Parts: sequence; C-alpha cells; structure tokens
Amino acid sequence: MKRRTDNRPLEARKASPLLVSLSAVVLGIIAGALLILLIGKNPITGFDRIIFGALSNTRRVGNTLGMATQLILIGLSVAFAFKTGLFNIGASGQMLMGGITGSILAYYLPMTMPRPLYLLVVIMASGLVGAFWGMISGFLKAKFNVHEVVSTIMLNWTAYWLVYDWIQRFIVDPTIVVKSKPIENAHTLRADWLTDLTGFSTLNYGFFIAIIACIVIWFILQKTTLGFRLKAVGSNRFCAEYAGIRVNRSIIISMTIAGALAGLAGLTYYCGYSNIMEMGKMPNEGFDGIAVALLGNCSPVGVFFSAVFFGILKMGRGSLAATGIPTEIADTIIATIIYFTATSVILANFWNRRFHNAFEKTEEAIGLALESEGRSDVDLTTLSSQERKNLRKAGLPLLKARTRAGKEGR
Amino acid sequence: MEFFSVISSIVPAAIAYTMPLLMGALGGLYSERSGVTNLCIEGLMLTGCFASATTIYLLQSAGMGYNAAIVVGILAAIAAGGLLSMLHAFAAINLKSNQVISGTAINMLATALTLFLAQTITGSGNVTVLRGIIRSDIPLLSKIPVIGPLFFCRTYWTTWICLVVWGVSFFLLYRTSFGLRLRACGEHPSAVASAGVNVHRMRYIGVLMSGLLSGLGGACILVTYAGEYNSTSGINGLGFLAIAALIFGQWKPLGILASTFFFGICMTIANMGRVIPLFQSIPTGYLGLFPYVATLVALVVSSRRSAAPLASGEPF
Repeated sequence: MKRRTDNRPLEARKASPLLVSLSAVVLGIIAGALLILLIGKNPITGFDRIIFGALSNTRRVGNTLGMATQLILIGLSVAFAFKTGLFNIGASGQMLMGGITGSILAYYLPMTMPRPLYLLVVIMASGLVGAFWGMISGFLKAKFNVHEVVSTIMLNWTAYWLVYDWIQRFIVDPTIVVKSKPIENAHTLRADWLTDLTGFSTLNYGFFIAIIACIVIWFILQKTTLGFRLKAVGSNRFCAEYAGIRVNRSIIISMTIAGALAGLAGLTYYCGYSNIMEMGKMPNEGFDGIAVALLGNCSPVGVFFSAVFFGILKMGRGSLAATGIPTEIADTIIATIIYFTATSVILANFWNRRFHNAFEKTEEAIGLALESEGRSDVDLTTLSSQERKNLRKAGLPLLKARTRAGKEGR
Repeated sequence: MEFFSVISSIVPAAIAYTMPLLMGALGGLYSERSGVTNLCIEGLMLTGCFASATTIYLLQSAGMGYNAAIVVGILAAIAAGGLLSMLHAFAAINLKSNQVISGTAINMLATALTLFLAQTITGSGNVTVLRGIIRSDIPLLSKIPVIGPLFFCRTYWTTWICLVVWGVSFFLLYRTSFGLRLRACGEHPSAVASAGVNVHRMRYIGVLMSGLLSGLGGACILVTYAGEYNSTSGINGLGFLAIAALIFGQWKPLGILASTFFFGICMTIANMGRVIPLFQSIPTGYLGLFPYVATLVALVVSSRRSAAPLASGEPF
C-alpha cells in the first residue's frame, strides 16, 4: 500500500526570530566595519583582533565567559521584565545595589565562616537587595502609574550616589580613596580550580549561578502558572485583567524577580569578575543587558548565546588598541544591533518577502516541469519531497526560458 | 539678610541648570504631543553637547573669535540633534517599531558614537572648550532691587534665547492651526487624518523639533556650566530628568517651565550644596541623590492623574 503524505507546504515559511537576530548582528557588524573604514582603518584586522582578544587561548576564553556571566544575568533580568511588558533599564542601579551588598558583607563577615555558608549568605543577600530595588519601580508603576523607564533611571542615579557614599563610609581603601578595598580571594566567587583550569582568568562561580538562573527562569516562564500570568499581562494587560489575573501584583512580582537577577549580576561583577568597587562609576553592563535580551528574543536560551556573543565583543575590544581603532567600536556595534532589533519589522518583512518569492517560484517551476512531462493532472499533494526537489530542478530552466521569451515577446 | 544671600546665590545657578532641562522637556513636549514617545532626549542632548564641544574646541583652537565659535557650536549642536532624531522618527513612524526600544537604542548609540568620535578627534574621552559664555548683567533691569540680582545679574545670553524659544513654542502650539493639528495628532490621529492632515508629516515635525531643541539644550549645558564633554559621566541623566519634568508638568508649556525650574533648584542644591552653609553638613553622596529622589516623589504625586496625550506611543 502506498503511503500518501502531503509534503507540499501550505505557504512560504516565515522569518524566525533567530534569523531576524542574526540579520541584526550582520547589519551591526557591517555598520561597525563602515565606521572603521570611515576613520581610515582596515575592518578585517579590527574584527580579527576582536576574535583574537576574546578566544585565542584558554585564559581569554575564561575571561570572555567571565564577562558573559553578568551579561547573562542582566539579559535575563531585562528579558523577564519584558515578558510582562515592562522595560527594565534600571539594571545598572540594581547591579550596584547587589554589588555593594556583596562587597560590604565580604568586608565584614568573618573569614572563619565556612565557605558554602558564606556563599549562600552573600548570594541570598545580594539577590534580595537587588529585588528590593527592582520592586520599588514595580510598586511605583502598579500603585502610582509612574513610567518604569523613568523611575528605573532615577533609581539608577540614586543607587549611584548611595554607593558613592557607602564605599567611602564602609569599605574604602585608605591608600586609594576613590576605590573600595580589594576583597580577599576566599570571599569572592572565584574558585581555585576554575582559575587554574583557565589560566588565571576571571571565570568564577557566577557563571554557574547564571546557568542555573537561565534554567530557573525558563522553568518559571514555561512551566508555571506564575509565568503564564506574567506573560499574559505582557501580551495584553486588559485581557489579562478581564481573565481575573491581578495585573498590579504581576507587575510588582515581575520587577522584583528582574531586580533579583540584576542584583546577582552585581554580585558576580563586583565580587567575582572584579574584586573592587569604584566610586562614581555607573556600570555599562546594565545597558548592554538590554541588547542581550533583545537580541536573544527574550528567551533564556537566546539570552545565553547573545550574552556570550557580546562577551566576545566586549573582551575582544581590548586587543584593538594596537590597531589604532577606538575600543568604543564594540559599543557602537552593540547599539546598532539594538536599533536593528528594535526595527526588526523591516528585517522580518525583508525575509518574508524573499521566502514568499522563492516559494512562488518553486510552485511555478514544479507546475511547468509537470506540464512538460505531460503529467499536468497529477495531484500536487501526492509528491514526495524528493520528487518536488527533482521537479523544481527540472522546472527552473523552463521558468527561466519562459520569462526570457516573455521579455523578448514584449 | 543671610537668607537673601543664599537665595541670590542659588537662583542664578538654578536658572542656568533649568534651561537645558527646559529645552529637553519642551522637545519632549513637541514629540509626545504629536504622538511619538520620545525617551531618547538623553541621547539627543548628549549628542548636542558633544557636537557643540567639538565644534567650539576646533574653531577656538583654529583662532576663531570665542563668541563666534560658540554661536557656530550651538548651531552645530542643533543640527546634530535634529539629524539623530530622524533615526528615531524613521523607526517610530515609518517602521512602526517599539518606540521605547528605539529610544533606548538611540541613547546607547549616542553614548557610544560620541565617545568613538571624541577618541578619534581629540584622542581622549573628553573634549574641553577653551572658554564658555561669559556671564553678563542686563543693563537697566539688573538695577531693580530684589528681582534684579536674582534674575538679571550675571546671566548667560543662552538663557534668554531659551526663554524666547519657549515663548514661541507656547504660541505655536496653542495659538496657531499648526499647533492644533500637531496636538490633535497625539490625541486622535485618525480624526486628524480624516480632516486631510498628513499625520506622518506632523509626527516627523514633532520628533524633529524634539531633536533640534534637545540639541540646543545639550549645547546650553556645555557653554554655560559644564565647559566640557565628558564621556564617563555624560550628562548625568539630565535627559531623563527632562522627561520626568514633562510628566510632572502635565505636558503643558507653563507646567514644564515650573517643573524644570523646580528640578533646576534641586540640581543646584546637589551641585553647590558644599558651598551653601545650610547644607554643608550633608555628605556629598546624599546631596547628589537628592534631585533624583525628588523627581521620584514628584512623579508619584503627578503620575496618578496622568494627562499624557492619548495616542502617544501608538503607531499610526
């Protein structure tokens, strides 16, 4: 008995988020290359140096992953809030608050404390303080309708000045008065076996925190009713409200979790990747996290890979100095990528149109091929994919000939 | 009389801090009233600040007259702001993309691009101009008791330009048919479209105005109190303060004049707190966070009964 299967796709395929993200990356890199050309340097050497600086040996790979750690956590933070329709651009402030909590604890907790217990305490504390900082924005949004973009920016600067004061007050390094005292190695997130493995890189336990966070966030979003509610509020808050979901509570919960993730990022950044805090420095990573989340289409897996990509850009740019290209080219590329992800409609349209044209062409070619074989009454749905492929191959020259004839006839 | 001397030292400085905020907020007003959410005021102001810094730096070192260089620099800032805002307009109006994301992208683009250019032009992250605007007294008016020393002594001439721009904008938005149409585009664009007005063009004008004015605001920061484009601190979130002032001022010209002046005073206290005896005991950190916390409180008070344009942020 012959198995009847319908291999004919009903319509042209649509551009996937992955394709759109990759197109944005390509466009961002092209924009960066143009800028490098504009100042009279060679873009190929530039990108070659970036790859070299980020991946050429185990230590560099370790550093890249160390940098990616906070980008993953912040990307998750932004992505999680975004699923609820909130735009968390206050990750920098939440990061600072988480970082200062970790730093102060590292300074004041006794060195005799067992390490697992110590790690648990700092992780919990930084997460909680970050969560509190995020919750303020959520609360203001839910209760007073304060736009979260403006409130998170104000909280960023509030955190900036609070940290400015607290470094001076609690953990200042007496010899360099604008920095905090370096944290003892035993009180950072660094682990000897990781540093040995990667030739003294900055890779630390934070990387595992980030991976666990990815899994947990994926689980919350995909497998729990909480995640479902948050996503429902994000896609249509009025519809969600009508369905009986408490929108205001969802907003507060979402910002709280986002804040916790950013707070953890602060811990991994200031007590793992680095071991000091500087006064009067707003961490740029908070804003890069937005790019990570958008490029990763706000999914935990996407966030992981886009964070590693941005990690490569950010670590690799250090090697640009020798070529005379300003290292800020990496930030410019990142910003361009976000602009293109923001305008992803145009990219999606571009691909959809291409797919559509290709699909039409295939259908037409198959039709022509069948006609030339004298099988024009064949039901298209019975063709196997191999047959379709062969027919397409046979039909394409016919199609070309027909269009040429059409042109000459006119 | 000690109280008066404190006031007369705060107010002129507060006016200097107010003007960039006023221009940013007024730019936001144009854009939001035409129906485009504009969160990239910060980036536009930063671009203005950078463009004027570079132009003035290059011209002044080339031997051009100080004041002439400043005028050219301000014009360059306005042009740069307008140019960058077109990127937002294109994304928001033609591509119907998420305006919040597009705004954020432009903020980041402005930060990275200005730093990149500063590195290529001067070799460092900072561009310092040789001389900003010299403060001067207004001839007759500064002799008036009480008001004279507060408002007409040691003023920057950009202040008066900004106030004129504000007055003209008020007239344009509320007393002309153009203003009516622009405001209607932000409330009910389909009604305006059915009356035969090109909504896209009106929104383009709105966003362009926000770019031009924010550029002017950024230039004001540079030529009055800052004197340099500094890559590490940028403009310290002033653009976002301007947006907050816009919300606090309930999207009305008089409202934003009052709210930006309020924020101007807060900024003055934060920046000059050390020299005012009243605030000397407060640590720098807490003085620094004062304007931002004040903004949050102001937003809590004013956001509940939001008078935001109905169609702001919605593509047409």
